[in-house]
Amino acid sequence: MKAAYLRFAGLVGNTTGFAWRCLRDAFRPPYESKEILKHLDELGAKSLPLVGTTGLMIGLIIAIQSRPVLARFGAEMYVPAMVSISVVRELGPILTALMVTGRVGSGISAELGSMRVTEQIDALEVSGINSFRYLVVTRVIACTLLLPLLTGIVDVLAILGAFVAALTETHVSANLFFHSAVYSLWLRDIIPAILKTVVFGFIIGVIGCRQGYTVTGGTAGVGHASTNAVVTASLLILFTDLVLAKLTVLLWG
Amino acid sequence: MGMIDIRHLQISFDGVPILRDVNLTVEKGRTLVILGTSGTGKSVLLKNIIGLIAADSGSIRIGGEEIIGMDPEDLYKLRRRMGYLFQGAALYDWMSVRGNLEFPLRRRELLDEGEIIARVTEQLRLVGLEDAIDKMPSQLSGGMRKRIGLARALITRPEIMLYDEPTTGLDPITGRDISHLIQHLQEQHTLTSIAVTHDIACARIIADRVAILDKGVICFEGTLDDMSGSTDTFVKRFIAAA
Repeated sequence: MKAAYLRFAGLVGNTTGFAWRCLRDAFRPPYESKEILKHLDELGAKSLPLVGTTGLMIGLIIAIQSRPVLARFGAEMYVPAMVSISVVRELGPILTALMVTGRVGSGISAELGSMRVTEQIDALEVSGINSFRYLVVTRVIACTLLLPLLTGIVDVLAILGAFVAALTETHVSANLFFHSAVYSLWLRDIIPAILKTVVFGFIIGVIGCRQGYTVTGGTAGVGHASTNAVVTASLLILFTDLVLAKLTVLLWG
Repeated sequence: MGMIDIRHLQISFDGVPILRDVNLTVEKGRTLVILGTSGTGKSVLLKNIIGLIAADSGSIRIGGEEIIGMDPEDLYKLRRRMGYLFQGAALYDWMSVRGNLEFPLRRRELLDEGEIIARVTEQLRLVGLEDAIDKMPSQLSGGMRKRIGLARALITRPEIMLYDEPTTGLDPITGRDISHLIQHLQEQHTLTSIAVTHDIACARIIADRVAILDKGVICFEGTLDDMSGSTDTFVKRFIAAA
């Protein structure tokens, strides 16, 4: 039991150290902007179909499920507001983060892991290139920038999905639906949500990169690292979400 | 003092000694081949010389500069004077052959576009693979990968070359061709080199001197002729098995 605690403490310490190194190196030249843009393009393109579909489906499902429930209380008109608030505040950020963890976090981990076992990372190092900055920091920055963008897309598509559901069931006008959906949102719904997606993106990047960059045990190790990246990042995102949700309510209500 | 000077080098992993009191010197423009069976610490020694693995104690001086305990940024600068051929070539698999060769030159920003193209063409001609320029590493055979790895290591015109098992995994004919290519490039660029291998045929082609590593200890150092006359039991067994 004691050994397990020590192992856990070691893991937390190493991951924190890795994250701190990412943060520190992100603000030091060279900034590798070409690599960051390349990763944004690649990771964004990889994730867009998945998160886009998720957004659309979530909007459709919430609208279909909530309309009869709200109708029981004579509150059917609040469907657009309920969808937009729940998606923007919580469902958009968390679902996007979990989808991107599965798609991008595992991919980063597998990619860096295979580079490690085939000595490509060592090859960068012996060429006089700081592999941490070139491979890790660029991917972490890309993930951190990517998640707010993807979440924005998910939010919009979810509201569109909800509109489609509402249109087929109640023939509501587009003007009324979107007016209600947009004007029910306050800045205190939007700003904390954006900030939290930045944190989620950083977590996905750091955990994915750490698992791959420090892989041991050959090709079997790459598989383990990829699975661990998804499990660890997902749990950490859920836990962080809980803490940030409480903090947001305490600060802004 | 030689171009590469190793004194009292000790390395251990998790308390298990890998290298014990290793002392070696390589003069400028000469080639030292370190022979030994698998798992004796040859690759560890090579990775230690270029600073990829940290030593427990001892000294490694490259061109007079001590690399143990060196500031990481200074170590990156020093590595730019060195080339390294990896056992599996370690080509960047997300880039074509052209990309692999251009990459170290572009990172250093010392050459213009025309010079980069000319240097890549020249290196590919030297290793006899001009036609492979647009291929991806996955499309290359083991021998071709080694040649491209060699071209990439030499494209920045290093003063020092380190070769990790340059002929391992290759058939005897391709292995001999690679050894001759290394010897040719050594002479052409006047490189100071260390190669680790268990292939005596390769050592015969490229070595000026040889050292034999057994269980982390240098048990022989001298010329190939000296090695044939050695009375050391392990050296005799190694030669007999080759």
